[in-house]
Amino acid sequence: MRDRITAFLVLLPSLVAVGIFVYGFIGQNLWVSFSDWGKNPTQALALRPELQFVGLENYRELFSGFVDVRFRQSVVNLIFFTLFFMAGTLGLGLLLAIALDRGPKGEGFFRTVFLFPMALSFVVTGTIWRWLLQPQGGVNVLPTLFGFPPFNFPWLTTRQQVLVFDWNQLPFYTALAVGLTLLYLAWQAHRGGERKRLFWSLLSSGLLLLWALTLGRNIRLLPYAEPHGFSLALVGVILAAVWQMSGYTMALYLAGLRGIPVEILEAAKVDGASEWQTYRYVIFPLLAPITLSALIVLGHIALKIFDLIFAMAGLDYAPTDVPAIYMYLLAFRGNQFAKGAAIGILLLLLVAMVVIPYLASQLRKEVRR
Amino acid sequence: MGRILLYTFLLLATLFFLLPVYLVILTALKEPARITLDTVWHWPNPVYWESFRVAWEAFRPKFQNSVILALSATVLSAVVGALNGYVLAKWPFRGSNLLFALMLFGMFIPYQSILIPLFQFVKAIGLYGTLWGLILVHVVYGIPIVTLIFKNYYSEIPDELVEAARIDGAGFFGIFRHVILPLSAPAFVVVAIWQFTQIWNEFLFAVTLTRPESQPITVALAQLAGGEAVKWNLPMAGAILAALPTLFVYILLGRYFLRGLLAGSVKG
Repeated sequence: MRDRITAFLVLLPSLVAVGIFVYGFIGQNLWVSFSDWGKNPTQALALRPELQFVGLENYRELFSGFVDVRFRQSVVNLIFFTLFFMAGTLGLGLLLAIALDRGPKGEGFFRTVFLFPMALSFVVTGTIWRWLLQPQGGVNVLPTLFGFPPFNFPWLTTRQQVLVFDWNQLPFYTALAVGLTLLYLAWQAHRGGERKRLFWSLLSSGLLLLWALTLGRNIRLLPYAEPHGFSLALVGVILAAVWQMSGYTMALYLAGLRGIPVEILEAAKVDGASEWQTYRYVIFPLLAPITLSALIVLGHIALKIFDLIFAMAGLDYAPTDVPAIYMYLLAFRGNQFAKGAAIGILLLLLVAMVVIPYLASQLRKEVRR
Repeated sequence: MGRILLYTFLLLATLFFLLPVYLVILTALKEPARITLDTVWHWPNPVYWESFRVAWEAFRPKFQNSVILALSATVLSAVVGALNGYVLAKWPFRGSNLLFALMLFGMFIPYQSILIPLFQFVKAIGLYGTLWGLILVHVVYGIPIVTLIFKNYYSEIPDELVEAARIDGAGFFGIFRHVILPLSAPAFVVVAIWQFTQIWNEFLFAVTLTRPESQPITVALAQLAGGEAVKWNLPMAGAILAALPTLFVYILLGRYFLRGLLAGSVKG
């Protein structure tokens, strides 16, 4: 019995620490995000500032206030960064893994080379790529070594945007994307013969799409049109991030490929499947769970990306802004703590949306086992 | 045909991964006056080692900060993790699984969501701007991942071993010291590598909670490279200095490095 008490007492400090540093601080941050901390300059740097409760005002300003246009561009940047970063990292990682799985000579060397950026800090990667992407140097003059004309893409310095849309359309596009995803899930459920799941995903997808096409189109977050788009300055950031992380997906996929039983591949061969068919109908479906885990991890990294952009473009450069950067800028440069806290809470919600379903599904799998 | 394609692809990929490194070394070895954008890929002539001396002088205090920070936080969190994992795996009590799950939540949160209260807290207890504040923060936010690794590892140790030691009269700490600890080396290696690389490479806490005299090398490097009118040989030499310790760990202990990577990859 004494030992049991000792055991609990050994664990207790960690429990208290996590309780305060995780749960306590999230609670306090939530409260700060509902307050006016930073509105009154005399209170901004006080150790015990007197805070007024202002409800959701900070959130409203971020999404539809006049001054926070930079936050909205940072959200759009984050969406595009996340999508292209995940696609690039998964794609390159899969290609590298397939190549290494075919047993080239020097496999160990290649694996080491593809994985070493994982050991680096995002700050180091950012510093290196900032230099590589100088408009008149680095990558751009590389072709001249072989007698070709130089590239002249301005990388980080461009202010050009493509895929521009009006911020007021964001609810419409979000509902459309989620609705179509649910529709796809419904189709999967239909093929798997899961009637209950088919019903619910079809219903929610239908409702969302209906809302998007009727009311959603007419929502106005702002009294005026505000164009936002994929900022091309992010291309360089995405390139650097893919350089750093695709070794990780390669390692995941390579472990997955090595884990496929030889009998299955033999059976496909006996059935006369071509190489492409083997990949398409046998190997890729078997790798799907790995893709899901990798998506969660990469999504998690992408949503809170901060150090890479800090090192590549600094805090004050709007074209590569993401919410984590803007949050830091507001809170620790501008003393706008309440608004910074609100961005922190929004990031937490975004990450929770990605991680909680994943954890729940993992947990269900464990219970079933 | 297929082989040629395979090796061409691997060669191109190798270039993609190594050319940046090559350029970093080239630039670090050039005399500042000779660094021009159109000749960036030319071999330095003459080779100029001075950058490393200057960079080392400039970065040495920050490098030392990083060493103290990463080593002490790693040792502390390994100890905390081993004890926590031991309790949760071998002395579970009612509700301990739930508490463990609640603890794990801490490794998924984006740290932006606690940064402002953390900043206030560290300031209020007088540790703002000190290395100790940063060490404390890294140990606390490392608790979930190190506890997870140790708990998983200790779950594989048969309960009978613990039971036998108990019958022989060993207590909580006796069992830990004589039964568990001698078997723990692999878990310690994984945790040490993971925590060391994470803490060495970390930036957000470091930039928020330190003053210039307590900055780790990542912060100093980001500020040097971000400065205007910078001569690029210094940031490049600095980047090499900042990268060497973790690269060293990776090359020496790559197998364990990968294991830690796969175990803890969702950490905030």
